[in-house]
Amino acid sequence: MEGHSQYTPKSGFARWLERRLPILSFMHGSFVSYPTPKNLNYMWVFGAILSFMLVAQIVTGVVLAMHYTPETTLAFDSVEKIMRDVNWGTVLRYAHANGASMFFLAVYLHIFRGMYYGSYKDPREVLWILGVVIFMLMMATGFLGYVLPWGQMSFWAATVITNLFSAIPVVGTAITTWLLGGYSVDNPTLNRFYALHYLVPFIIVAIVALHVWALHVTGQNNPSGVEVKDIKKETVPFTPYATMKDAVGIAAFLVVYAWLTFFVPNYLGHPDNYIEANPLVTPPHIVPEWYFLPFYAILRAIPNKLLGVTALFASILITAALPWLDTSKVKSAVYRPLFRKEFWIFVAVCIGLGYLGAQPAEGAYLWFARVLSAYYFLHFLVILPVIGKVEKPEPVPESIDASIMRGETSHV
Amino acid sequence: MTSKDTAAKPAEPSRRDILYIATGAAAAGAAAGMVWPLIAQMNPDASTLALASTEVDLSSVPEGQIVTVKWRGKPVFVRHRTPAEIKAAEDTPLSVLPDPEADSKRVQKPEWLVIIGVCTHLGCIPTGKEGEYNGWFCPCHGSVYDLSGRIRSGPAPTNLEVPPYAFIAESKIKIG
Repeated sequence: MEGHSQYTPKSGFARWLERRLPILSFMHGSFVSYPTPKNLNYMWVFGAILSFMLVAQIVTGVVLAMHYTPETTLAFDSVEKIMRDVNWGTVLRYAHANGASMFFLAVYLHIFRGMYYGSYKDPREVLWILGVVIFMLMMATGFLGYVLPWGQMSFWAATVITNLFSAIPVVGTAITTWLLGGYSVDNPTLNRFYALHYLVPFIIVAIVALHVWALHVTGQNNPSGVEVKDIKKETVPFTPYATMKDAVGIAAFLVVYAWLTFFVPNYLGHPDNYIEANPLVTPPHIVPEWYFLPFYAILRAIPNKLLGVTALFASILITAALPWLDTSKVKSAVYRPLFRKEFWIFVAVCIGLGYLGAQPAEGAYLWFARVLSAYYFLHFLVILPVIGKVEKPEPVPESIDASIMRGETSHV
Repeated sequence: MTSKDTAAKPAEPSRRDILYIATGAAAAGAAAGMVWPLIAQMNPDASTLALASTEVDLSSVPEGQIVTVKWRGKPVFVRHRTPAEIKAAEDTPLSVLPDPEADSKRVQKPEWLVIIGVCTHLGCIPTGKEGEYNGWFCPCHGSVYDLSGRIRSGPAPTNLEVPPYAFIAESKIKIG
Protein backbone atom coordinates (compact mmCIF):
# COMPACT_ATOMS: atom_id res chain seq x y z
CA MET A 1 0.00 0.00 0.00
CA GLU A 2 1.22 3.46 -0.82
CA GLY A 3 1.99 5.51 2.25
CA HIS A 4 1.10 8.99 3.35
CA SER A 5 4.41 10.76 2.85
CA GLN A 6 7.26 9.81 0.59
CA TYR A 7 10.64 9.41 2.20
CA THR A 8 13.26 11.84 0.98
CA PRO A 9 16.79 11.33 2.29
CA LYS A 10 17.99 14.53 3.94
CA SER A 11 21.61 13.97 4.86
CA GLY A 12 24.43 13.25 2.44
CA PHE A 13 24.99 9.82 4.01
CA ALA A 14 21.29 8.93 3.72
CA ARG A 15 21.34 9.84 0.01
CA TRP A 16 24.53 7.77 -0.46
CA LEU A 17 22.97 4.77 1.33
CA GLU A 18 19.60 5.13 -0.43
CA ARG A 19 21.24 4.57 -3.85
CA ARG A 20 23.00 1.43 -2.59
CA LEU A 21 20.50 -0.14 -0.13
CA PRO A 22 17.16 1.69 0.20
CA ILE A 23 16.65 0.45 3.75
CA LEU A 24 15.79 3.87 5.21
CA SER A 25 12.94 4.46 2.76
CA PHE A 26 11.80 0.86 3.31
CA MET A 27 11.64 1.36 7.08
CA HIS A 28 9.93 4.72 6.62
CA GLY A 29 7.35 3.20 4.29
CA SER A 30 6.72 0.24 6.61
CA PHE A 31 6.69 1.86 10.03
CA VAL A 32 6.22 5.61 9.62
CA SER A 33 4.08 6.51 6.63
CA TYR A 34 2.36 3.10 6.42
CA PRO A 35 -1.39 3.82 6.29
CA THR A 36 -3.49 2.33 9.12
CA PRO A 37 -7.29 2.47 9.02
CA LYS A 38 -8.38 5.24 11.35
CA ASN A 39 -11.16 3.19 12.98
CA LEU A 40 -8.89 0.51 14.52
CA ASN A 41 -9.81 -0.37 18.09
CA TYR A 42 -7.64 -1.64 20.93
CA MET A 43 -7.93 -5.24 19.72
CA TRP A 44 -5.46 -4.18 17.03
CA VAL A 45 -2.58 -3.60 19.46
CA PHE A 46 -1.75 -7.29 19.86
CA GLY A 47 0.50 -7.40 16.79
CA ALA A 48 2.80 -4.90 18.46
CA ILE A 49 2.48 -6.68 21.83
CA LEU A 50 3.42 -9.99 20.19
CA SER A 51 6.45 -8.41 18.49
CA PHE A 52 7.48 -7.05 21.88
CA MET A 53 7.02 -10.46 23.54
CA LEU A 54 9.04 -12.23 20.84
CA VAL A 55 11.97 -9.88 21.45
CA ALA A 56 11.54 -10.15 25.23
CA GLN A 57 11.61 -13.96 25.09
CA ILE A 58 14.67 -14.03 22.85
CA VAL A 59 16.57 -11.54 25.05
CA THR A 60 15.75 -13.26 28.37
CA GLY A 61 16.28 -16.65 26.72
CA VAL A 62 19.75 -15.83 25.40
CA VAL A 63 20.93 -14.61 28.82
CA LEU A 64 19.44 -17.68 30.56
CA ALA A 65 21.31 -19.87 28.05
CA MET A 66 24.54 -18.39 29.41
CA HIS A 67 23.86 -20.15 32.74
CA TYR A 68 21.93 -23.29 31.79
CA THR A 69 23.46 -26.77 31.30
CA PRO A 70 21.63 -29.18 28.94
CA GLU A 71 22.75 -32.41 30.59
CA THR A 72 20.39 -34.67 32.54
CA THR A 73 22.46 -34.83 35.73
CA LEU A 74 23.12 -31.08 35.77
CA ALA A 75 20.10 -29.41 34.13
CA PHE A 76 17.80 -29.25 37.16
CA ASP A 77 20.61 -27.98 39.41
CA SER A 78 21.70 -25.40 36.84
CA VAL A 79 18.18 -23.96 36.87
CA GLU A 80 18.23 -23.85 40.68
CA LYS A 81 21.62 -22.15 40.42
CA ILE A 82 20.06 -19.53 38.15
CA MET A 83 17.39 -19.03 40.82
CA ARG A 84 19.79 -18.76 43.76
CA ASP A 85 23.26 -17.69 42.60
CA VAL A 86 23.08 -15.90 39.25
CA ASN A 87 22.76 -12.11 39.49
CA TRP A 88 19.12 -11.25 38.79
CA GLY A 89 18.65 -14.89 37.84
CA THR A 90 15.31 -15.22 39.64
CA VAL A 91 13.82 -12.27 37.78
CA LEU A 92 15.24 -13.37 34.43
CA ARG A 93 13.89 -16.91 34.75
CA TYR A 94 10.48 -15.84 36.03
CA ALA A 95 10.27 -13.22 33.26
CA HIS A 96 11.04 -15.90 30.66
CA ALA A 97 8.66 -18.52 32.07
CA ASN A 98 5.78 -16.08 32.56
CA GLY A 99 6.75 -14.40 29.29
CA ALA A 100 5.73 -17.62 27.53
CA SER A 101 2.29 -17.42 29.18
CA MET A 102 1.87 -13.76 28.26
CA PHE A 103 3.01 -14.53 24.71
CA PHE A 104 0.29 -17.16 24.39
CA LEU A 105 -2.33 -14.94 26.04
CA ALA A 106 -1.56 -12.26 23.45
CA VAL A 107 -1.57 -14.69 20.54
CA TYR A 108 -4.96 -16.13 21.57
CA LEU A 109 -6.48 -12.64 21.79
CA HIS A 110 -4.87 -11.83 18.42
CA ILE A 111 -6.34 -15.00 16.85
CA PHE A 112 -9.83 -14.42 18.31
CA ARG A 113 -9.67 -10.81 17.07
CA GLY A 114 -8.96 -12.13 13.58
CA MET A 115 -11.87 -14.57 13.87
CA TYR A 116 -14.35 -11.95 15.10
CA TYR A 117 -13.57 -9.38 12.43
CA GLY A 118 -13.04 -11.90 9.61
CA SER A 119 -9.43 -10.83 9.14
CA TYR A 120 -8.64 -14.13 7.39
CA LYS A 121 -10.90 -13.45 4.41
CA ASP A 122 -9.94 -12.47 0.88
CA PRO A 123 -7.31 -11.01 0.35
CA ARG A 124 -5.66 -11.96 3.67
CA GLU A 125 -5.65 -15.79 3.43
CA VAL A 126 -1.85 -16.08 3.14
CA LEU A 127 -1.41 -13.62 6.01
CA TRP A 128 -3.69 -15.83 8.13
CA ILE A 129 -1.95 -19.09 7.20
CA LEU A 130 1.44 -17.57 8.06
CA GLY A 131 -0.09 -16.70 11.42
CA VAL A 132 -1.14 -20.34 11.93
CA VAL A 133 2.44 -21.40 11.08
CA ILE A 134 3.80 -18.94 13.67
CA PHE A 135 1.33 -20.27 16.26
CA MET A 136 2.47 -23.86 15.65
CA LEU A 137 6.13 -22.85 15.90
CA MET A 138 5.29 -21.04 19.16
CA MET A 139 3.71 -24.23 20.51
CA ALA A 140 6.81 -26.21 19.54
CA THR A 141 9.08 -23.65 21.20
CA GLY A 142 6.96 -23.50 24.36
CA PHE A 143 6.99 -27.29 24.64
CA LEU A 144 10.75 -27.60 24.00
CA GLY A 145 11.47 -24.90 26.57
CA TYR A 146 9.24 -26.51 29.19
CA VAL A 147 11.39 -29.66 29.03
CA LEU A 148 14.67 -27.86 29.78
CA PRO A 149 14.31 -27.39 33.60
CA TRP A 150 14.20 -31.20 33.76
CA GLY A 151 11.53 -31.37 36.43
CA GLN A 152 8.91 -34.11 36.66
CA MET A 153 6.45 -32.22 34.44
CA SER A 154 9.24 -31.49 31.95
CA PHE A 155 10.16 -35.14 31.67
CA TRP A 156 6.62 -36.47 31.38
CA ALA A 157 5.55 -33.74 28.96
CA ALA A 158 8.47 -34.75 26.76
CA THR A 159 7.45 -38.40 27.05
CA VAL A 160 3.80 -37.82 26.20
CA ILE A 161 4.39 -35.39 23.33
CA THR A 162 7.11 -37.46 21.61
CA ASN A 163 4.92 -40.54 21.99
CA LEU A 164 2.16 -38.75 20.05
CA PHE A 165 4.18 -39.61 16.96
CA SER A 166 4.15 -43.32 17.84
CA ALA A 167 0.46 -43.28 16.89
CA ILE A 168 1.46 -43.00 13.21
CA PRO A 169 0.93 -46.42 11.61
CA VAL A 170 4.01 -48.50 10.65
CA VAL A 171 6.75 -45.85 11.07
CA GLY A 172 5.48 -44.26 14.31
CA THR A 173 7.79 -46.04 16.75
CA ALA A 174 10.82 -45.41 14.52
CA ILE A 175 9.94 -41.69 14.38
CA THR A 176 9.60 -41.50 18.17
CA THR A 177 12.97 -43.24 18.64
CA TRP A 178 14.50 -40.84 16.13
CA LEU A 179 13.05 -37.81 17.93
CA LEU A 180 14.25 -39.09 21.33
CA GLY A 181 17.65 -40.35 20.21
CA GLY A 182 16.95 -43.45 22.30
CA TYR A 183 14.18 -45.67 23.61
CA SER A 184 13.07 -43.25 26.28
CA VAL A 185 13.50 -39.56 27.10
CA ASP A 186 17.13 -39.19 28.17
CA ASN A 187 20.24 -37.08 27.73
CA PRO A 188 20.23 -37.08 23.90
CA THR A 189 16.62 -35.82 24.04
CA LEU A 190 17.40 -32.97 26.44
CA ASN A 191 20.46 -31.96 24.44
CA ARG A 192 18.62 -31.69 21.12
CA PHE A 193 15.59 -30.03 22.69
CA TYR A 194 17.90 -27.32 23.98
CA ALA A 195 19.47 -26.83 20.53
CA LEU A 196 16.01 -26.62 18.94
CA HIS A 197 14.58 -24.37 21.65
CA TYR A 198 17.34 -21.91 20.77
CA LEU A 199 16.78 -22.29 17.02
CA VAL A 200 13.01 -22.16 16.52
CA PRO A 201 12.46 -18.61 17.87
CA PHE A 202 14.69 -17.30 15.09
CA ILE A 203 12.62 -19.22 12.55
CA ILE A 204 9.60 -17.50 14.13
CA VAL A 205 11.32 -14.14 13.55
CA ALA A 206 11.66 -15.03 9.87
CA ILE A 207 8.01 -16.09 9.51
CA VAL A 208 6.91 -12.96 11.41
CA ALA A 209 8.79 -10.93 8.79
CA LEU A 210 6.72 -12.71 6.09
CA HIS A 211 3.54 -12.18 8.16
CA VAL A 212 4.23 -8.43 8.39
CA TRP A 213 5.17 -8.33 4.70
CA ALA A 214 1.87 -9.98 3.75
CA LEU A 215 0.05 -7.55 6.06
CA HIS A 216 1.69 -4.59 4.41
CA VAL A 217 0.74 -5.83 0.95
CA THR A 218 -2.98 -6.21 1.72
CA GLY A 219 -3.24 -3.55 4.40
CA GLN A 220 -4.88 -4.07 7.77
CA ASN A 221 -8.43 -5.20 8.24
CA ASN A 222 -10.52 -2.96 10.51
CA PRO A 223 -13.59 -3.32 12.77
CA SER A 224 -15.99 -2.60 9.92
CA GLY A 225 -14.36 -5.20 7.69
CA VAL A 226 -14.77 -2.79 4.78
CA GLU A 227 -11.62 -2.30 2.71
CA VAL A 228 -9.95 1.12 2.62
CA LYS A 229 -11.20 3.06 -0.39
CA ASP A 230 -9.56 6.45 0.09
CA ILE A 231 -6.11 6.25 1.71
CA LYS A 232 -5.91 9.99 2.36
CA LYS A 233 -9.29 10.19 4.09
CA GLU A 234 -9.70 6.79 5.75
CA THR A 235 -6.22 6.06 7.05
CA VAL A 236 -3.69 7.76 9.29
CA PRO A 237 0.11 7.30 9.17
CA PHE A 238 1.47 4.46 11.34
CA THR A 239 3.73 6.90 13.16
CA PRO A 240 2.73 8.56 15.39
CA TYR A 241 -0.87 7.24 15.51
CA ALA A 242 -0.42 3.45 15.62
CA THR A 243 2.99 3.55 17.31
CA MET A 244 1.65 5.62 20.21
CA LYS A 245 -1.53 3.57 20.54
CA ASP A 246 0.53 0.36 20.46
CA ALA A 247 2.78 1.81 23.15
CA VAL A 248 -0.26 2.34 25.40
CA GLY A 249 -1.36 -1.24 24.72
CA ILE A 250 2.12 -2.61 25.50
CA ALA A 251 2.25 -0.59 28.73
CA ALA A 252 -1.10 -1.98 29.89
CA PHE A 253 0.01 -5.49 28.93
CA LEU A 254 3.28 -5.02 30.83
CA VAL A 255 1.33 -4.27 34.01
CA VAL A 256 -0.16 -7.78 33.91
CA TYR A 257 3.16 -9.33 32.85
CA ALA A 258 5.02 -7.56 35.68
CA TRP A 259 2.35 -8.56 38.21
CA LEU A 260 2.73 -12.22 37.23
CA THR A 261 6.54 -12.07 37.19
CA PHE A 262 7.05 -10.20 40.46
CA PHE A 263 4.06 -11.11 42.61
CA VAL A 264 2.81 -14.58 41.60
CA PRO A 265 5.66 -16.02 39.51
CA ASN A 266 4.65 -19.64 40.09
CA TYR A 267 0.90 -19.16 39.79
CA LEU A 268 0.75 -20.59 36.27
CA GLY A 269 3.44 -23.21 36.85
CA HIS A 270 3.06 -26.69 38.27
CA PRO A 271 4.67 -27.50 41.64
CA ASP A 272 5.75 -30.94 40.39
CA ASN A 273 8.25 -29.24 38.10
CA TYR A 274 10.29 -28.38 41.18
CA ILE A 275 10.85 -32.12 41.64
CA GLU A 276 13.74 -33.39 39.55
CA ALA A 277 12.82 -35.66 36.64
CA ASN A 278 12.42 -39.31 37.64
CA PRO A 279 12.05 -41.74 34.72
CA LEU A 280 10.54 -44.38 37.02
CA VAL A 281 7.68 -42.37 38.53
CA THR A 282 4.90 -40.65 36.59
CA PRO A 283 3.23 -37.88 38.64
CA PRO A 284 -0.31 -38.94 39.61
CA HIS A 285 -1.90 -36.14 37.63
CA ILE A 286 0.01 -34.69 34.70
CA VAL A 287 -1.16 -31.55 32.97
CA PRO A 288 0.47 -29.36 30.34
CA GLU A 289 0.91 -25.61 30.64
CA TRP A 290 -2.41 -23.74 30.56
CA TYR A 291 -2.00 -22.64 26.95
CA PHE A 292 -2.07 -26.25 25.72
CA LEU A 293 -5.03 -27.38 27.84
CA PRO A 294 -7.83 -27.11 25.22
CA PHE A 295 -5.85 -29.27 22.78
CA TYR A 296 -4.92 -31.69 25.56
CA ALA A 297 -8.63 -32.04 26.41
CA ILE A 298 -9.37 -32.93 22.77
CA LEU A 299 -6.57 -35.54 22.80
CA ARG A 300 -7.92 -37.18 25.95
CA ALA A 301 -11.55 -37.00 24.90
CA ILE A 302 -11.12 -39.69 22.26
CA PRO A 303 -10.59 -43.24 23.58
CA ASN A 304 -8.44 -44.30 20.63
CA LYS A 305 -4.76 -43.46 20.32
CA LEU A 306 -4.52 -42.74 16.59
CA LEU A 307 -7.83 -40.87 16.42
CA GLY A 308 -7.00 -38.85 19.54
CA VAL A 309 -3.65 -37.75 18.16
CA THR A 310 -5.20 -37.02 14.77
CA ALA A 311 -7.90 -34.89 16.43
CA LEU A 312 -5.24 -33.00 18.40
CA PHE A 313 -3.29 -32.04 15.28
CA ALA A 314 -6.47 -31.47 13.26
CA SER A 315 -7.81 -29.06 15.88
CA ILE A 316 -4.83 -26.79 15.21
CA LEU A 317 -4.49 -27.30 11.47
CA ILE A 318 -8.19 -26.72 10.81
CA THR A 319 -7.76 -23.03 11.62
CA ALA A 320 -5.62 -22.70 8.47
CA ALA A 321 -8.69 -23.66 6.39
CA LEU A 322 -10.84 -20.94 7.99
CA PRO A 323 -10.75 -18.60 4.96
CA TRP A 324 -12.53 -21.31 2.95
CA LEU A 325 -14.76 -22.74 5.67
CA ASP A 326 -16.37 -19.38 6.45
CA THR A 327 -18.64 -18.89 3.46
CA SER A 328 -19.95 -15.44 4.36
CA LYS A 329 -18.97 -12.55 2.11
CA VAL A 330 -19.24 -10.15 5.06
CA LYS A 331 -16.04 -9.92 7.06
CA SER A 332 -16.87 -8.28 10.36
CA ALA A 333 -19.05 -9.93 13.02
CA VAL A 334 -20.43 -6.43 13.69
CA TYR A 335 -22.83 -7.00 10.74
CA ARG A 336 -23.35 -10.74 11.27
CA PRO A 337 -26.01 -11.35 13.95
CA LEU A 338 -25.89 -15.17 13.86
CA PHE A 339 -22.13 -15.48 13.58
CA ARG A 340 -21.71 -12.99 16.42
CA LYS A 341 -23.53 -15.38 18.78
CA GLU A 342 -21.73 -18.41 17.42
CA PHE A 343 -18.39 -16.66 17.91
CA TRP A 344 -18.97 -16.22 21.65
CA ILE A 345 -20.22 -19.80 21.97
CA PHE A 346 -17.01 -20.91 20.29
CA VAL A 347 -14.92 -18.81 22.70
CA ALA A 348 -16.80 -20.40 25.60
CA VAL A 349 -16.20 -23.88 24.14
CA CYS A 350 -12.45 -23.19 23.92
CA ILE A 351 -12.34 -21.95 27.52
CA GLY A 352 -14.44 -24.93 28.61
CA LEU A 353 -12.02 -27.33 26.89
CA GLY A 354 -9.18 -25.53 28.67
CA TYR A 355 -10.89 -26.10 32.01
CA LEU A 356 -11.55 -29.77 31.22
CA GLY A 357 -7.95 -30.30 30.08
CA ALA A 358 -6.84 -29.55 33.63
CA GLN A 359 -9.30 -32.01 35.21
CA PRO A 360 -8.79 -35.77 35.58
CA ALA A 361 -9.78 -37.72 32.46
CA GLU A 362 -12.70 -39.56 34.01
CA GLY A 363 -16.45 -39.57 34.59
CA ALA A 364 -18.45 -36.47 33.77
CA TYR A 365 -15.33 -34.46 32.85
CA LEU A 366 -14.61 -36.91 30.07
CA TRP A 367 -18.14 -36.68 28.69
CA PHE A 368 -18.14 -32.89 28.74
CA ALA A 369 -14.75 -32.94 26.99
CA ARG A 370 -16.27 -35.18 24.30
CA VAL A 371 -19.25 -32.89 23.76
CA LEU A 372 -17.10 -29.77 23.59
CA SER A 373 -14.51 -31.44 21.31
CA ALA A 374 -17.31 -32.40 18.95
CA TYR A 375 -18.62 -28.83 19.04
CA TYR A 376 -15.14 -27.47 18.35
CA PHE A 377 -14.97 -29.38 15.06
CA LEU A 378 -18.64 -28.79 14.21
CA HIS A 379 -18.01 -25.06 14.53
CA PHE A 380 -15.43 -25.17 11.75
CA LEU A 381 -16.83 -27.93 9.54
CA VAL A 382 -20.59 -27.39 9.74
CA ILE A 383 -21.74 -24.32 11.65
CA LEU A 384 -19.49 -21.74 9.96
CA PRO A 385 -20.17 -22.91 6.38
CA VAL A 386 -23.93 -23.10 7.08
CA ILE A 387 -24.19 -19.75 8.89
CA GLY A 388 -22.51 -18.09 5.92
CA LYS A 389 -25.32 -19.41 3.69
CA VAL A 390 -28.40 -18.89 5.85
CA GLU A 391 -27.56 -15.73 7.77
CA LYS A 392 -29.00 -12.40 6.64
CA PRO A 393 -26.28 -9.85 7.39
CA GLU A 394 -27.16 -6.38 8.61
CA PRO A 395 -26.44 -3.63 6.06
CA VAL A 396 -22.69 -3.20 5.63
CA PRO A 397 -21.50 0.43 5.38
CA GLU A 398 -20.19 1.59 2.02
CA SER A 399 -16.90 2.73 3.47
CA ILE A 400 -14.90 3.10 6.67
CA ASP A 401 -16.01 6.74 6.81
CA ALA A 402 -19.65 5.70 6.53
CA SER A 403 -19.12 3.23 9.38
CA ILE A 404 -17.63 5.97 11.55
CA MET A 405 -20.56 8.27 10.72
CA ARG A 406 -22.91 5.53 11.93
CA GLY A 407 -21.13 5.71 15.27
CA GLU A 408 -19.62 2.25 15.02
CA THR A 409 -16.17 3.24 16.17
CA SER A 410 -16.57 2.26 19.77
CA HIS A 411 -16.60 -1.55 19.48
CA VAL A 412 -14.28 -2.87 22.20
CA MET B 1 18.67 -22.21 -31.62
CA THR B 2 16.36 -19.80 -33.31
CA SER B 3 12.68 -19.62 -32.51
CA LYS B 4 11.97 -21.18 -35.89
CA ASP B 5 13.94 -24.31 -34.94
CA THR B 6 12.04 -24.75 -31.66
CA ALA B 7 8.74 -24.36 -33.40
CA ALA B 8 9.71 -26.93 -36.02
CA LYS B 9 10.52 -29.78 -33.62
CA PRO B 10 9.00 -29.08 -30.22
CA ALA B 11 9.02 -32.55 -28.62
CA GLU B 12 12.48 -33.73 -29.62
CA PRO B 13 14.84 -33.82 -26.60
CA SER B 14 18.33 -32.85 -27.55
CA ARG B 15 21.64 -34.24 -26.24
CA ARG B 16 21.90 -31.08 -24.18
CA ASP B 17 18.48 -31.60 -22.50
CA ILE B 18 19.55 -35.06 -21.41
CA LEU B 19 22.83 -33.70 -20.04
CA TYR B 20 20.95 -31.01 -18.13
CA ILE B 21 18.59 -33.52 -16.57
CA ALA B 22 21.39 -35.97 -15.78
CA THR B 23 23.45 -33.21 -14.12
CA GLY B 24 20.45 -32.01 -12.13
CA ALA B 25 19.62 -35.57 -11.03
CA ALA B 26 23.22 -36.17 -9.95
CA ALA B 27 23.20 -32.93 -7.94
CA ALA B 28 19.88 -33.86 -6.29
CA GLY B 29 21.25 -37.31 -5.42
CA ALA B 30 24.39 -35.79 -3.94
CA ALA B 31 22.33 -33.29 -1.92
CA ALA B 32 20.15 -36.10 -0.55
CA GLY B 33 23.31 -38.02 0.36
CA MET B 34 24.62 -35.04 2.27
CA VAL B 35 21.33 -34.52 4.12
CA TRP B 36 21.20 -38.15 5.27
CA PRO B 37 23.93 -37.85 7.99
CA LEU B 38 22.20 -34.74 9.28
CA ILE B 39 19.01 -36.73 9.80
CA ALA B 40 20.58 -40.03 10.87
CA GLN B 41 22.64 -38.38 13.65
CA MET B 42 19.40 -38.03 15.60
CA ASN B 43 18.88 -41.81 15.82
CA PRO B 44 20.16 -43.63 18.94
CA ASP B 45 23.95 -43.56 19.11
CA ALA B 46 26.25 -46.57 19.64
CA SER B 47 26.21 -46.30 23.42
CA THR B 48 22.42 -46.25 23.50
CA LEU B 49 22.19 -49.15 21.10
CA ALA B 50 24.54 -51.33 23.16
CA LEU B 51 21.93 -53.66 24.61
CA ALA B 52 22.12 -53.69 28.36
CA SER B 53 20.67 -56.60 30.26
CA THR B 54 19.42 -56.58 33.82
CA GLU B 55 19.33 -59.44 36.30
CA VAL B 56 16.62 -59.61 38.93
CA ASP B 57 16.73 -61.77 42.04
CA LEU B 58 13.13 -62.91 42.54
CA SER B 59 13.62 -64.44 45.99
CA SER B 60 13.40 -60.97 47.55
CA VAL B 61 9.94 -60.34 46.07
CA PRO B 62 7.18 -61.63 48.37
CA GLU B 63 3.87 -62.83 46.99
CA GLY B 64 1.57 -59.98 46.03
CA GLN B 65 4.42 -57.49 45.57
CA ILE B 66 5.53 -55.61 42.46
CA VAL B 67 9.12 -54.50 41.98
CA THR B 68 10.27 -52.06 39.32
CA VAL B 69 13.66 -52.47 37.68
CA LYS B 70 15.24 -50.29 35.02
CA TRP B 71 16.07 -51.83 31.65
CA ARG B 72 17.20 -49.77 28.63
CA GLY B 73 16.07 -46.62 30.42
CA LYS B 74 12.57 -48.01 30.86
CA PRO B 75 10.91 -49.45 33.94
CA VAL B 76 10.11 -53.16 33.96
CA PHE B 77 7.47 -54.42 36.40
CA VAL B 78 8.05 -57.79 38.02
CA ARG B 79 4.87 -58.89 39.80
CA HIS B 80 4.69 -61.87 42.10
CA ARG B 81 1.06 -62.79 41.55
CA THR B 82 -1.10 -64.49 44.16
CA PRO B 83 -3.08 -67.64 43.22
CA ALA B 84 -6.27 -65.54 43.15
CA GLU B 85 -4.65 -63.02 40.80
CA ILE B 86 -3.40 -65.78 38.51
CA LYS B 87 -6.88 -67.30 38.42
CA ALA B 88 -8.48 -63.94 37.62
CA ALA B 89 -5.99 -63.36 34.78
CA GLU B 90 -6.41 -66.86 33.35
CA ASP B 91 -10.19 -66.90 33.62
CA THR B 92 -10.69 -63.69 31.66
CA PRO B 93 -12.38 -64.63 28.37
CA LEU B 94 -10.44 -63.38 25.33
CA SER B 95 -13.64 -61.94 23.90
CA VAL B 96 -13.65 -59.06 26.43
CA LEU B 97 -10.08 -58.00 25.59
CA PRO B 98 -9.40 -55.15 23.14
CA ASP B 99 -6.01 -56.76 22.34
CA PRO B 100 -6.79 -60.48 22.87
CA GLU B 101 -3.90 -62.48 24.28
CA ALA B 102 -4.06 -65.42 26.67
CA ASP B 103 -2.39 -64.99 30.06
CA SER B 104 -0.37 -68.16 29.44
CA LYS B 105 1.24 -66.52 26.39
CA ARG B 106 2.42 -63.59 28.51
CA VAL B 107 4.16 -65.44 31.34
CA GLN B 108 6.80 -68.13 31.61
CA LYS B 109 5.80 -69.09 35.16
CA PRO B 110 2.25 -68.08 36.12
CA GLU B 111 3.28 -66.55 39.44
CA TRP B 112 5.78 -64.19 37.77
CA LEU B 113 4.49 -61.47 35.45
CA VAL B 114 7.29 -59.51 33.76
CA ILE B 115 6.19 -56.53 31.65
CA ILE B 116 7.59 -53.24 30.41
CA GLY B 117 6.02 -50.52 32.57
CA VAL B 118 5.40 -48.06 29.78
CA CYS B 119 1.81 -47.30 28.87
CA THR B 120 1.27 -48.13 25.20
CA HIS B 121 -0.75 -44.94 24.79
CA LEU B 122 1.72 -42.12 25.30
CA GLY B 123 4.50 -43.59 27.39
CA CYS B 124 3.56 -42.78 30.98
CA ILE B 125 4.23 -45.24 33.77
CA PRO B 126 1.04 -46.89 35.07
CA THR B 127 0.64 -47.26 38.81
CA GLY B 128 0.32 -50.79 40.18
CA LYS B 129 -2.62 -52.33 42.07
CA GLU B 130 -4.99 -49.69 40.83
CA GLY B 131 -7.83 -49.50 38.39
CA GLU B 132 -10.90 -51.66 37.99
CA TYR B 133 -8.96 -54.95 37.73
CA ASN B 134 -6.39 -54.16 40.43
CA GLY B 135 -3.74 -54.48 37.72
CA TRP B 136 -2.41 -51.12 36.59
CA PHE B 137 -3.90 -47.70 35.96
CA CYS B 138 -2.24 -45.01 33.85
CA PRO B 139 -2.68 -41.61 35.53
CA CYS B 140 -2.04 -39.65 32.35
CA HIS B 141 -5.01 -40.57 30.19
CA GLY B 142 -6.84 -43.21 32.16
CA SER B 143 -5.86 -46.51 30.53
CA VAL B 144 -6.73 -49.53 32.69
CA TYR B 145 -4.66 -52.75 32.55
CA ASP B 146 -5.55 -56.07 34.17
CA LEU B 147 -3.53 -58.56 36.22
CA SER B 148 -1.81 -59.78 33.08
CA GLY B 149 -0.91 -56.24 31.94
CA ARG B 150 -3.53 -56.42 29.20
CA ILE B 151 -5.39 -53.29 28.15
CA ARG B 152 -9.01 -53.37 29.32
CA SER B 153 -10.26 -49.80 28.85
CA GLY B 154 -8.96 -46.36 27.96
CA PRO B 155 -7.05 -44.97 24.99
CA ALA B 156 -4.03 -47.34 24.97
CA PRO B 157 -4.12 -49.48 21.81
CA THR B 158 -2.19 -52.58 22.96
CA ASN B 159 -1.25 -54.65 26.01
CA LEU B 160 1.80 -53.73 28.10
CA GLU B 161 4.77 -55.25 26.29
CA VAL B 162 6.53 -58.36 27.59
CA PRO B 163 10.32 -57.89 27.36
CA PRO B 164 12.64 -60.73 26.32
CA TYR B 165 13.74 -62.49 29.52
CA ALA B 166 14.87 -65.90 30.72
CA PHE B 167 15.06 -67.75 34.03
CA ILE B 168 18.77 -68.22 34.66
CA ALA B 169 18.15 -69.87 38.03
CA GLU B 170 15.10 -71.05 39.97
CA SER B 171 14.44 -67.57 41.28
CA LYS B 172 16.54 -65.32 39.06
CA ILE B 173 15.71 -63.79 35.69
CA LYS B 174 17.80 -61.96 33.12
CA ILE B 175 15.95 -59.31 31.14
CA GLY B 176 17.27 -58.49 27.66
